[in-house]
Amino acid sequence: MLCCICKEKDATVHLTQIAGEKMQKVDLCEECAKTKGVNDPTGFSLADLLLGLGASQEIEQSAGGAELKCPRCGFTQADFKKAGRLGCSECYRTFSEALGGLLKTMHKGTHHVGKIPESLRQNRDLTDRLKLLQKRLGKAIEEEDFEAAASLRDEIKQTNARLGSPATS
Amino acid sequence: MDLHSFLVPPADTARRKGPHDRIVMSSRVRLARNIKDSAFPGWAKKPERIKVLEQIRPAVEALPDMKDSFAQTMDSLSTLDKQILVERHLISREHAAKSAGSGLVLNREETLCFMINEEDHLRMQALRPGLQLRQAWSTIDQADSLLEKRLDYAFNPELGYLTACPTNIGTGIRVSAMLHLPGLVLAEQINPIIQSVNKLGLAVRGLYGEGTEALGNVFQVSNQMTLGESESAIVERLEKVLAQIIEHEENARATLLEKKPKMVFNHIGRAYGILANAHSISSKETMNLLSLMKLGVDVGLFPGVDRAVVDEMFILTQPAHLQKQHSEKLSAEERDLLRADMVRERLRPVSRPIAKVQPPSGPALEKQ
Repeated sequence: MLCCICKEKDATVHLTQIAGEKMQKVDLCEECAKTKGVNDPTGFSLADLLLGLGASQEIEQSAGGAELKCPRCGFTQADFKKAGRLGCSECYRTFSEALGGLLKTMHKGTHHVGKIPESLRQNRDLTDRLKLLQKRLGKAIEEEDFEAAASLRDEIKQTNARLGSPATS
Repeated sequence: MDLHSFLVPPADTARRKGPHDRIVMSSRVRLARNIKDSAFPGWAKKPERIKVLEQIRPAVEALPDMKDSFAQTMDSLSTLDKQILVERHLISREHAAKSAGSGLVLNREETLCFMINEEDHLRMQALRPGLQLRQAWSTIDQADSLLEKRLDYAFNPELGYLTACPTNIGTGIRVSAMLHLPGLVLAEQINPIIQSVNKLGLAVRGLYGEGTEALGNVFQVSNQMTLGESESAIVERLEKVLAQIIEHEENARATLLEKKPKMVFNHIGRAYGILANAHSISSKETMNLLSLMKLGVDVGLFPGVDRAVVDEMFILTQPAHLQKQHSEKLSAEERDLLRADMVRERLRPVSRPIAKVQPPSGPALEKQ
């Protein structure tokens, strides 16, 4: 079995971690194990190691050889392999394809559940409201209820204005 | 302002009370947030980090909860002061290693602490004595809601709050409790417990957090996953697991006293013997022995002794705290001598443990 980092030497160090129902296995050669700090139990985290490994492999695959680079901050796959951290929030878009699988193994789900910034929540609520109003407007025009249509049009105008200037609170 | 005169005196810290504080030393909820369109601290150049710091710091200081807070840049704090903050569990070891471009804002009561430009632009935490996860979450949730009006967070509807490390993405929350589990350690039940907690997707760490040893039988239990589960669901899940760990610890203590009282008396008696008589003692040994003494106080082997006496020593005997009490720079050997002197002195009014099982709790009476 070859070492999964250098892919050159024989793997002699085998690590297994079970988290939830997922089992992760890593096989390393003596040298890579040393450089990754596997022998030092205080400075070693299998999650971090897997993170760097899995991500860089997936990024390599998805990039098809050409090195992916974040247009916002200039962060590359090599940087990610080294640091195990991303460069900026835009990196999530840049490396989204590769990160998808990684996030799946790491977390409970792939979609955010929970708190949302108030301004975004307002926006979302306003967008929903706008859709509803437009539907009603269409119906009012169809029924030739022009009084209702006029007031709906005003409300749509106001909602649009509020959407344009969020976070007024 | 000088950090040392700002911090709550250890004697007062040791007397803070909370639900289940016999076993749960403290509860903490931390949120990770980042500013949109700025590189994360680990990748940003110094001028960009300083810009972010200057943007976040005034917003944090303006929070109603942060009146009269202690706010400093990390480069203006001495290595010793940073170490003291680590020993008080107010900042991470990673943050202590930061300097220019990173900062700290801490409130008077030491219940809210903001680390600026740690791994993320902002890491805010609410701390409470005992088991109070919900209260800690609600406190930090409120602070976060006020801050989002002034700070433009990096947020994505799919992935939630975006963080430097993909392991924190989503809610960016870490809910944790610091537990004192000498009973489970003595009963040799701690490893299976840790394993089953791990299986539930929760992490168990040592005294100073990530990658540290469980000195003094202190363990930190926290959630690991942050994406796909709401904050309140995570808090609830942790509460359930903690309730079980507390029960196991109480059971382990009761069973040990019933089945192996001599073993318990022996450990506690020896711990007292060494602490009360040593002339040189390391920080590690002190913590492990103080943990046993604390167990002794908890199960009634030191009648009339307040647990705060032990808890205060737990804080004061740590290396940086010990150094702070002396003006000259101490070597590790000198610290060991001074530590032993301090502990001997403080234990002078404490009589040696009794060797009799006291039935202080309700269930023991019910059996009669």
